[in-house]
Order: sequence, then C-alpha cells, then structure tokens
Amino acid sequence: MAKFGRSGKREVPGLTTASMSDIVFMLLFFFMVTTQLRETENKVMVRLPEASQSAKLERKDLAAYINVGPPTRNLQAQYGNDARIQLNDSFRTVDDIRDFIATERESKSEADRQFMTVSIKADENVRMGIITDIKQELRRCSALKIMYAARKPSQD
Amino acid sequence: MAKKLPEINSSSTADIAFLLLSFFLMTSNMEQNSGLQRRLPPMPDENQEVQNQKINRRNILVVKVNSADRLMAGNEPIDVSLLKYKVKEYLVNANNDPKLPEKEMKNIEGFGEYEVSKGVISLQNDRGTSYQMYIAVQNEIVKAIDELRDDFSRAHYGKPYLSLDEDKQKIVREAIPQNISEAEPKDVSKN
Repeated sequence: MAKFGRSGKREVPGLTTASMSDIVFMLLFFFMVTTQLRETENKVMVRLPEASQSAKLERKDLAAYINVGPPTRNLQAQYGNDARIQLNDSFRTVDDIRDFIATERESKSEADRQFMTVSIKADENVRMGIITDIKQELRRCSALKIMYAARKPSQD
Repeated sequence: MAKKLPEINSSSTADIAFLLLSFFLMTSNMEQNSGLQRRLPPMPDENQEVQNQKINRRNILVVKVNSADRLMAGNEPIDVSLLKYKVKEYLVNANNDPKLPEKEMKNIEGFGEYEVSKGVISLQNDRGTSYQMYIAVQNEIVKAIDELRDDFSRAHYGKPYLSLDEDKQKIVREAIPQNISEAEPKDVSKN
C-alpha cells in the first residue's frame, strides 16, 4: 500500500491553457480575413431608413452603389449640408450617373451584366426629389434593377 | 546551484487574444447589403407615341405621398399603419366587389387554374417627400404582398412562402404578383 500512499500534498494537474491562445488567434485571423474593408471613403453621411421587409442582395459582386446624403462634418464647410450624390470616391451630379453606370457595366463580365443591381444608399432624411432624378437617369441608361438599401429595424 | 528560471505564465495570453478578438468583433461592422428590390419601368421611346395603357380604373390603387408626408390611398387619407390592410383587402377582393380589381383565370404551370388579381398599386410621390416615408410606404406595400403570398402558400402547401423550394415559390409569385408601379414624377402637392 505504500506505493499508493500520499506523498506529500496531492495536486490536481493544471489544465494546459497554452493552446487556448492558438485557438483564439485562429478565430481572430478568421474574422480579420473575412471582414472586407471598405474600398471607398464615405464622403456623405448615410443613415439608412428602416424597412422590415428588406431582403438580402444575392450577388454582392454585381452591385453598383450610389450614395446620397449630406456631406460629412469635415466637408460641410466646403460643400454645405445639402444632400449630394457620391459615386465611387467623389461628389458627382446626376449627369455623371450615365458614365458611372457605363463604367460599372464594363467591369462586370458579359454574362452577368444583365443582373447588375444598382443599390441606392440614401440617407433617411433626404428628399425624394434627388432620388427621383436618380431614378429617371437610371431609367434613361436602362439600369432597371435597383435596390433601395434599408436596414432591418432593431428588435428591442 | 543554478537558479531555475520561473516559467512565464502563459495562461493570460488567451485573455489578451480574446480582448483583441472582441475589439475587432465590435468595431468591424459587416457591410449589410439588404434592401427593397425593385424594377424600374423602361423609359418610353421619345419618337414612339406614348401608348395609353388602358388599364381599367378599378385595377389601379393610387397611393400618393405629399411633401408633408401625408398619405392618400384610393381617394381617402390613410395612416401608414393601416395601408397594409387596405392593400390586402384591395388585392384579395374576396366578394368580387365591382369597385375592387378584376381577377383573371390564369393557368399557372405546375399548379393549375388560379384567379390572379389584376390589381396594380401605383405609388406617386412629391419631390418634397422624405425618403424615410417613401421607404416606409414601399415597405408596407411589400409587407401586404408578402403576407398574401404567405397565406397562399400555407393554404396550398402548408408551409410559409420562404421555406418553399424554388419552383413552388415561382408558382406563388405568379399567383400573387408584386405589381407596384412607380409612376412618372408628378407634382402631387395640390391634393
């Protein structure tokens, strides 16, 4: 019995936590790889309106974005706080939409061109006048698939 | 006797990594790409006569939003929260009211005959309407149609619309079409 006798104080072996950090780092890398950074800098402030029926856009890569809203704080001194249209990286007017759509079309593959969706990301406080102008211009360049970007209302 | 170096306690590296992880989780906002999808009507040709689409008056429900975000459906003012019921009642037309839209027997592939409503909802807005209101109205109309589709699919397939397979969803879409027309810009301030 001496073999199994207590030899001093009995201790529970500690869990090795050394590998835990590896696991967490793996998670971290996963999130860092999957989150895509915004390519363009936002020059307008956009707070999307709420819509409970909003549906996901299936093909993200086939979307072209038109941002509409008041310029951001630091640009307001220069541009005022009237709603403006941002295409790619700069403020544009309605007349530039035609070129923008043409360029976006060019960048998609031939087969996918008909599925291109124009996503209108407009601030909830803009007036419909500017949206109507955009819609008319889009019709004129026959980019008919559009989406009004909206967010799901938060449940609370 | 050489002094044994104490081992560095590595149990806290996990905590540090967790801290980093939660920082990234909180600060990165996933680009949410959701919204209401719509199809614009093609621009009428300039040299082409504007063909008067003779749609029976009873088949159009005109929803107007003015610059003060007030709403009219049909010919009466209405609140946004009630618009859904109005649209549903209008599209279902359970009692074949002669004021509500006609129905047309249509042969839907894979389903058979079904009375499809010919009702169109025409949405008109003012230049001064706020975008928020416009989306709210659009949302209510879409919600009404989604609920009708759900009712239809529950009645015929016993499942909600979203859990049907692609073919059946197509049938439902054909039976209850989403006919929303965004009219040519018009001044509706004088109403």
